[in-house]
Amino acid sequence: MNFDPSHSKRSFSSVGTRPIRPDGVDKVTGRARYGADFNMPGQLVGRILRSPHAHANIRKIDTSKAAQLPGVKAVLTAADLPDLTDGDAAMYDILDNCMARKKALYDGHAVAAVAAIDARTAKQALKLIEVEYELLPHVTDVDQAFAPDAPLINDTIFTTGVDPKPDRPSNVLMRSQFGHGDVDAGMASADFVVERTFKTEQTHQGYIEPHACVASVSSDGTADLWVCTQGHFVYRQHCAQLLGMDASKLRVTSSEIGGGFGGKTHVWAEPVALALSRKVGRPVKLVMTRDEVFRASGPTSATSIDVKIGALKDGTIIAADATLRYSCGPYAGAWAEIGAMTAFACYKLENVRTVGYEVLVNRPKTAAYRAPSAPMAAFAVESAIDELAKKVGMNPIDFRIRNAAQEGTKASYGPVYGPIGIGPTLEAVKNHPHMKAPLGKNQGRGMACGFWFNFGGQTCTDLNIGKDGTVSLAVGTVDVGGSRASLSLVAAEELGIDYSQVRTVIADTSSLGYNDMTDGSRGTFSSSMATISAARNAIKILRERAAQMWDIPVEDVTWEKGHAVAKGETHGNLPKLSLKEIAAASGTTGGPIAGHSEIVADGAGVSFATHICDIEVDPETGATKVLRYTVVQDAGKAVHPTYVEGQYQGGAAQGIGWALNEEYIYGKDGRLQNAGFLDYRIPVCSDLPMIDTQILEIPNPNHPYGVRGVGETSIVPPLAAVANAVSNAVGVRMLHIPMSPPRILAALDA
Amino acid sequence: MMAGIAVSTNINSDNAEFLCHADETLLDVLRDRLGLMGAKEGCGTGDCGACSIILDDRLVCSCLVLGAEAEGGRIETVEGMAQGDQLHPLQQKFLEHAALQCGICTPGFLIAAKDLLAKNPDPTEEEIRFGLAGNLCRCTGYDKIVRAVQDAAGVMRGADHEF
Repeated sequence: MNFDPSHSKRSFSSVGTRPIRPDGVDKVTGRARYGADFNMPGQLVGRILRSPHAHANIRKIDTSKAAQLPGVKAVLTAADLPDLTDGDAAMYDILDNCMARKKALYDGHAVAAVAAIDARTAKQALKLIEVEYELLPHVTDVDQAFAPDAPLINDTIFTTGVDPKPDRPSNVLMRSQFGHGDVDAGMASADFVVERTFKTEQTHQGYIEPHACVASVSSDGTADLWVCTQGHFVYRQHCAQLLGMDASKLRVTSSEIGGGFGGKTHVWAEPVALALSRKVGRPVKLVMTRDEVFRASGPTSATSIDVKIGALKDGTIIAADATLRYSCGPYAGAWAEIGAMTAFACYKLENVRTVGYEVLVNRPKTAAYRAPSAPMAAFAVESAIDELAKKVGMNPIDFRIRNAAQEGTKASYGPVYGPIGIGPTLEAVKNHPHMKAPLGKNQGRGMACGFWFNFGGQTCTDLNIGKDGTVSLAVGTVDVGGSRASLSLVAAEELGIDYSQVRTVIADTSSLGYNDMTDGSRGTFSSSMATISAARNAIKILRERAAQMWDIPVEDVTWEKGHAVAKGETHGNLPKLSLKEIAAASGTTGGPIAGHSEIVADGAGVSFATHICDIEVDPETGATKVLRYTVVQDAGKAVHPTYVEGQYQGGAAQGIGWALNEEYIYGKDGRLQNAGFLDYRIPVCSDLPMIDTQILEIPNPNHPYGVRGVGETSIVPPLAAVANAVSNAVGVRMLHIPMSPPRILAALDA
Repeated sequence: MMAGIAVSTNINSDNAEFLCHADETLLDVLRDRLGLMGAKEGCGTGDCGACSIILDDRLVCSCLVLGAEAEGGRIETVEGMAQGDQLHPLQQKFLEHAALQCGICTPGFLIAAKDLLAKNPDPTEEEIRFGLAGNLCRCTGYDKIVRAVQDAAGVMRGADHEF
């Protein structure tokens, strides 16, 4: 969307303040309704049967005993769903992941479902479904799956992006490459080179709310879906397309969402719940257990990454090279491609090359997780950069400042940067008191940088002015962490009224035009852009109505601080009209007053952060304790600074968990061994210190207020910042994430 | 099929009676039979604390308690914290400090913090962190939660009545 740059705003009255969020009271009193907090009359309970095998042909499913159990109203297998075998490949994969058609491709893959009168009957029914499996060789490790002799997951996969085309299938779906310059010549001229291979394990987004939905399909084909999702419009489109429904007949309402972090951008059980409801003619509620959440939803890629970076004596990075292998689960993905794009995005490089390989494994289908793919690439690159700085003889921060990308730098993934924040975050870190604080025995300090693209996307907003002059704002981007407060602030700012006069709601799919998901840090960026545009459209009408009330030309009416003001010598003495007064008269001046906006929110400003971590390592046990942590990140313009800080702190905490403890552990049998919060341990309150934040504001020139997305970048630097801290504490370079006590002890013994 | 056990309890100062199966959790009873949906099921195994309630002055995961065990018991849930439109200081401070993002863990944290402050009205940061270590939050990194509890503890110590 293009807007007149002269309409950019740099001084604010509402934006930048910190009011209490409009959905807050409901959330502290237990009134807020999440995915599992909704029920419909006559509702049945849905449950899904999942494969215990990592890789198996499904020879036969006998559901007859389950169907005969009293209280069971429907049993469903892939045979009851549309066969998309010859249709769109991406849609086939989505549906096959929801319900396996021919093969079970991972431990936890859905193979059948039931709807019954209550949960205990549904659970009992699952035990009566007989599935005959033919076990196949499996592979769950990304490096083993990459090897030429690996068990084959899909014999129709021939690696794309390589020349010549391979003559036999493999688990390597696609090769992608980015960069510019002559990397080999640059590397040959380097005075110092660091070459390392790094590995990261698979993690889960770990949202506390399991996936949950209530589906109701009527016999006339109209349907309702209540669901916790990051994108109800996308869920509608996918469910309708998968099940052969008209999108307009399916109304999807997004519940309050109990965390998503990318994991609720994909449909899992929702098409199954709709299909069950359609089959039985009653509403069906389907809520995943935590075990199912771990085994069948999420997770991020496991990776294996080779990095080689060369520098000259003066500290200039002369060449940078990386090869990145990312696991996709058993279906197509482009995760290594994103890793390859982000790996060196923080730096100004003459010669840079990154190659990504998408690798199929018998694990759950990889899903987006907060700045998907970037943290692992940053771990590898920022670890190698730290080592290289030492070789060159510079401190890691000056080495990074010397090589940081600037406005006008051609990014390693192609585009030329506008005004960016990597340099300022580094300078802020250099001058931060944290960097000068003393360290004790067995303690180390690490720092690292991170980048994320940010995204804009399709966005639609309605701003309706009530007869009493208060404002209803309907947006279509799901609120994952306070965006209703931010968007109310933006509407108040633009209209010149108080924050308390605006109520923002997330509209359902039948009440508003299409919106992309809340992903790519786009929620506040894109919906604030649309809100500003909608408010400006409303102000145009407010000015027209005031002109009509005064009987003067509209050109002589301006909008100032919530009032229409008549200007010029002839009208200067007219008393100004408030928004309330104009709204009260709207019935006789042309009817309801509203502003709408339907845009593609182009121009999401790229985002950079630099983090500092202090850690203590117990050399006897390998246990670690994060002592101090600081986040510095560019927000463009922080609309609600408290929620911006929250995004910085939350991303850092997730990254710390990833760095130190979280990982999917598979047995030789291909089964997930830690599908629960006891054994997949995310950081708890006593694991972390306070997380200090510093918000920088380098305005995004493409947004009227300078806003950049802030949600994701904060998870990019922590893996490397923590690894650099541990490496400095123990004097050994850490190459494998997470740095759990056994891995630290092994590194110390090596 | 109807092998219900009759149970009498007191929930948030009101008497409550219900029938439940012998294997039904108190969490399911609260949510599915009594319509009290403030307690959430995050794991069903006592690892996340989202279903925290206070049963006879003891902080418990209601997913690990059977409904039948609540016979004669006194239950406090998040729904009972505010008095009319007067929020409990913990609720108020959670809002002011933005100690929630998605909010799914918030009822459990509020109950756990209420229990902590009842036993230790002036906790150190470390005591708060260990006192709340049974509750998982994936959004906030806990910083603002700890500050909210510290702030609320101060308000409650200075008040002339008990909360």
